[in-house]
Amino acid sequence: MSIPSPASSKGKSKLKEPENLLILASSPHLHTTTSTQSIMWQVVLALSPAATMAIYYFRWPAVVIILTSVIAAVLTEAVINRLKGETLTITDGSAVITGLLLALTLPPTFSIGGTILGAVVAIGIGKQLFGGLGYNIFNPALLGRAFLQASFPIGMTTWSTPATLAGSAVDGVSTATPLGLYKFEHALTGYADLFVGNVGGSLGETSALAILIGGLYLLIRRFADWRIPVSYLGGVVIIGGIFWAFAPNQFPDPVFHLLSGGLILGAFFMATDMVTSPITHLATWIYGIGMALILVIIRLFGGLPEGVMYSILLMNAVTPLLNRYTRPKIFGEVQS
Amino acid sequence: MNTATFSRGVHPHEYKELTSHKPIEKLPAPESVFIPLQQHIGKPCEPLVAKGDTVTTGQKIGDAEGLVTAPVHASISGVVKSIGHFPHPLGGRVEMIHIQNGSTGASSDSEILLDRPSDWEKASPEELIRVVREAGIVGMGGAGFPAHVKLNPPPDKPIDAFILNGCECEPYLTADHRMMVENTDEILLGMAIICKILGKCKGYIGIEKNKSDAIQRMQERVEALHYEFAVVPLEVKYPQGAEKMLVQSVLKRKVPAGGLPLDVGVVVHNVGTTLAIHDAIINGKPVTQRVVTVTGDGLRDPKNILAPVGAPFQDLLTYCGETMSETKQVFMGGPMMGLAQYDLSVPLVKTTSGIVSLHQEPVGAIRQMPCIQCGNCVSACPMNLIPTRLARYTQNQRYTELVDWGVFNCIECGSCAFVCPSSIPLVQWIRVGKNKARQGQKSAS
Repeated sequence: MSIPSPASSKGKSKLKEPENLLILASSPHLHTTTSTQSIMWQVVLALSPAATMAIYYFRWPAVVIILTSVIAAVLTEAVINRLKGETLTITDGSAVITGLLLALTLPPTFSIGGTILGAVVAIGIGKQLFGGLGYNIFNPALLGRAFLQASFPIGMTTWSTPATLAGSAVDGVSTATPLGLYKFEHALTGYADLFVGNVGGSLGETSALAILIGGLYLLIRRFADWRIPVSYLGGVVIIGGIFWAFAPNQFPDPVFHLLSGGLILGAFFMATDMVTSPITHLATWIYGIGMALILVIIRLFGGLPEGVMYSILLMNAVTPLLNRYTRPKIFGEVQS
Repeated sequence: MNTATFSRGVHPHEYKELTSHKPIEKLPAPESVFIPLQQHIGKPCEPLVAKGDTVTTGQKIGDAEGLVTAPVHASISGVVKSIGHFPHPLGGRVEMIHIQNGSTGASSDSEILLDRPSDWEKASPEELIRVVREAGIVGMGGAGFPAHVKLNPPPDKPIDAFILNGCECEPYLTADHRMMVENTDEILLGMAIICKILGKCKGYIGIEKNKSDAIQRMQERVEALHYEFAVVPLEVKYPQGAEKMLVQSVLKRKVPAGGLPLDVGVVVHNVGTTLAIHDAIINGKPVTQRVVTVTGDGLRDPKNILAPVGAPFQDLLTYCGETMSETKQVFMGGPMMGLAQYDLSVPLVKTTSGIVSLHQEPVGAIRQMPCIQCGNCVSACPMNLIPTRLARYTQNQRYTELVDWGVFNCIECGSCAFVCPSSIPLVQWIRVGKNKARQGQKSAS
């Protein structure tokens, strides 16, 4: 606590280490308490209702697929961390999300080997090849699923009846998804069954209710941009509704579009993936409506019954461009 | 009625309860003061005294030629011990005049006053501006821009509004708040003087709603003294006190990008500056002291202190019960824009609105993670920039794009880095980027 003079602060002070060094950092010196890690684990929490419903409907096969996928994803991340010689990133929760999301897009009868392969591709190629968290272009879980869809076209489209429908958890009682039923047999499924998930489909896409609970949590905590589900779902209702209005016998109504397939899961948990969705507000609206357009075109005119996966992946690819060309007007900037 | 505000921004915890109720205390005269010859934006002063000279409080001891500069004055009476380079709170070493308190004589009460017109209402604006300049008044909120320059806008920029900036949106700081409660009449008179200097203009008082006692007191006194000023309560949001945001909130006018408030006919002055203008014109006192909030999570007795310019930080901290045993960080100013200090012998300067001492470990450096493109920084930026993109352009040394994406519009308020869940030092990257881009522009031209 002595008053410094030019002499004393030059030579002598080097000899003795001060008792208490002060930390120097660039402002701001205050930070929000929300960390990336906590966001990731809360997304896992938000996915738990959907995972719980998957287990309720499909019993042990669901447990096996979910655990396999999550473990395989985390192990792949750990192995690649090692190979790259970097610190382990498995505790940040992002690999768990990828594993969990991938599992929820798989049919309950899917093989364990196939699940592992999907998780390895999702983390290895979908995420780590691009440089890890924050650098990937495509949603890793959907990239893994796209790989499986191309590699196991039959396994990926063999759907079993929920245990609650068949009366027991019998494997191999195959059924079609509501979208498949509609596309290939032109049969509609009841809205109530669609909403609670009492229908055939992949693990997580069956119960709209469970997904909505988790999805709303994400929106309330602002871990997902509300513009994405609003523009995506709203776009599907409007675009699907236009087709239905012109030819109600040929095309399904907008409510069926909304509740069937993986749309709600995709709209709340995959399209909203922070890394692969746009950051400017205008780009976010374009992104959502673009996904809606692609989805409706695939569902109505494509060879596949479902288009959620490709609609999101295609718009993921456009995201960097959208960000680039939607620079917001800077405060006070004169429109030229 | 909707509370006036601007778009985006953030809500950091305020921590103002530590000192907001504590009346301003006067610091006992320190043994020594170090008066930096540069405490403002512009040309540094030349010393007007020499080692061994006796100086009196209020005596001008440094000045410079030129428009953008401000003289400095002795803040205590005593003897010039030395003139040399000492650590400055804004970094580096700056030439300072070291005055040792001459408490031996009874002359401590004597004070040199400014030469000023006896009746300010009859004085010309030029005369009043001259007094403001001689008083060494600078933007006391932290910017340090000489006040007499701001009060003398170019003739092609007509001014029709003056805003008193009573936002004090930085967490922890309560100095302006206390001044508004305790020196209400003086501040209002200061406003009247400013409005007279600027010519025909209406006065507005912008105060964040968390200072309800200040709002109420201002409203009462404006009515009682028959001023035509409008008290405008503002939403509690950071950075409400940034000039461009304040002009938007109070008057719904947008300062053009790259422009100043005077481009939309507005002059803004901080509470401390306005009070200093009052003190100079009415009492003939130059800036030799200021109110500063000395606070933090580890101080035994955080306070609002009226302290002489040049008093060492450590004297102020010690006065507030700082033992330095657990201190991790000390900043000048608030935690959002303040400057971290490494040497507590630095003196209080005219722009020191607060000294914050924190015992908690800073979180930023510990948990930095990659950008996950969450867009929180975009939703927070009051200037509507894309901070994460600016940081990446800097990292990749793409300075042309950096300028295209508006890096020079950044006001460095820190909102982006505050909300970043990955704790990326966005403001630091932007500052680096601005420097590099400026260097590039210089070498290109």
